[in-house]
Amino acid sequence: MIPLHWFLIVAAALFCIGLYGVLSRRNAVGILMGIELMLNAVNVNLVAFWRYLDPLESLGQVFVLFVLAVAAAEAAVGLALIIAIYRNRDTIIVEDIDLMKW
Amino acid sequence: MTTRTPFLFLPQLILLLTTLVVFGIELVPGDERRRKDWLPAIALTGLGGAAMAIIFLWSRTTTPPAGSILAGMIVVDRFALFFQILAVTTTALVVLLSTDYMRDRTPDQGEFYGLLLIVCLAITLVVAAADLLMVYVGIELLSLTSYVLTGYLREDRKSTEAGIKYFLFGATASAAMLYGMSLFYGATRTTNLAAIATALSEAENSLRGLVIPAAVFLLAGFGFKIAAVPFHQWAPDAYEGAPTPITAFLSVGPKTAGFAVLVRVFLIALPNFYPDWMALLSSISIITMIVSNLVAIFQTNVKRMMAYSSISHAGYILIGIVCWGRGGFGGSFEGISGVLIYLLAYLFTNVGAFAVITAFEEATGSSRIEDYAGLVSRSPALAWAMLVFLFSLAGIPGTGGFIGKLYVFGAAIQARAYTLAVVGIITSVIAAFYYLNLLRYVFFQPPTENPKSITLSATAKITLIVTCVLTLAIGLYAQPFLQLAQASANLW
Repeated sequence: MIPLHWFLIVAAALFCIGLYGVLSRRNAVGILMGIELMLNAVNVNLVAFWRYLDPLESLGQVFVLFVLAVAAAEAAVGLALIIAIYRNRDTIIVEDIDLMKW
Repeated sequence: MTTRTPFLFLPQLILLLTTLVVFGIELVPGDERRRKDWLPAIALTGLGGAAMAIIFLWSRTTTPPAGSILAGMIVVDRFALFFQILAVTTTALVVLLSTDYMRDRTPDQGEFYGLLLIVCLAITLVVAAADLLMVYVGIELLSLTSYVLTGYLREDRKSTEAGIKYFLFGATASAAMLYGMSLFYGATRTTNLAAIATALSEAENSLRGLVIPAAVFLLAGFGFKIAAVPFHQWAPDAYEGAPTPITAFLSVGPKTAGFAVLVRVFLIALPNFYPDWMALLSSISIITMIVSNLVAIFQTNVKRMMAYSSISHAGYILIGIVCWGRGGFGGSFEGISGVLIYLLAYLFTNVGAFAVITAFEEATGSSRIEDYAGLVSRSPALAWAMLVFLFSLAGIPGTGGFIGKLYVFGAAIQARAYTLAVVGIITSVIAAFYYLNLLRYVFFQPPTENPKSITLSATAKITLIVTCVLTLAIGLYAQPFLQLAQASANLW
């Protein structure tokens, strides 16, 4: 069987790719996709831990279901905000959304 | 005597029912304008009902707590009930502030009050969460509704920009927090806070090394909610762009919820790792106090200045958490009750200050600091109220803010955390500079052009009187409030 830490490495790599996407993407939808990758890294972690350490309880799986549901809600709210800003500005490039700066 | 389970959930049920009623009213056909005037009244009735339920539960609850509901997900103790009272009070004051402000700015009134009630419901759940799963779901419910409320004025360019910035920062922070939670699950095979502590105290646990990284990830999420440096970048933009009553809410509601979760998670799940997270939190506290106060000096927009001010208060409050338990419980300054009294005073002070800012914006359409010139001749009531609130924020004796700072800094000195106390006191002096600068405009600068006098609406008057009286009451007659905080500070 594949050892547990391989899954953890994949999840950590996925998390880092997602974080890199969040920090480097200029398009708001691209940033949203980076966030989704980070959430999926969490799901990989949770399922792997559940399968290897705690297979008799359902807690890990339940947690994953909650994460999936909340991620869907989050994407809905995020896309709604992106549409609202597109109607105002005709752009979703975050560097151009700069009315307020410190 | 244990209270029956359905009663423990009563405040949340009342809030949920009120939300449904508010949403439902939007669907009824008929005279729209008259119906919309009822919405704030209905929301306030629901909040009042929830407040009574919470007070009833508080009086019935003894230590150890009355019980837990939803399979241990939510625990009803005085600590949680104290924070629920804060949440309901904040929401009620914000509803009062919104009645005039939102009426002219958006046709969608029902959703606004409905969402506001949902945020309040989310806070009541978060502060009572005894399980990482519940913490996550509660924080997400709180965040998602806050994003929508921040970007609520869809036609307004600043409001939508504030909404999207808040969302992008928030979603990233919560993803990081969730990663930390998954590591906790891996290290302990449970998500219940008390069970995590038990699992971590077992010596043979081989995954103990995961705990510190997991705690750092969690802190990213909580730090975002309380708006502490380095997780604060969203705050100035969100505060400036959001509708002003919502800014008042953001500066108090999510912050108190974040502190409640922070205290509960770190004190219940990780007491054995106190030296590690203590170092982490004290460095965050010091950076927060220094950076926010220095940047605040250069602000020209009053909402933005208040954003940095609220970030700095997060730094002061963190001192109380850091100094938890050090120097023993026997002393007169105990960190956690200091946090509670600080937050109580901060609530009334900050909502009050934003009530002044909202009333000023209603009358003049501006929130620039130089437009406050000569406010005392245009509306003496607003000017003197602002004086009380800014004195309280600066921590001048006789106001609630002083009592909060006294207890937090007192806890630091008692715990021999002199660095924290000294940085706190020096930065408070710096903070007084920009608070007094605003007062200089209000009282001593001549008004720029055509100074019309400002008339206040009835709801604005009520909000100002309530917040002003309570800010002064906590400062001048602190005893009952201190007893309330001390009775609620017991988590065990």
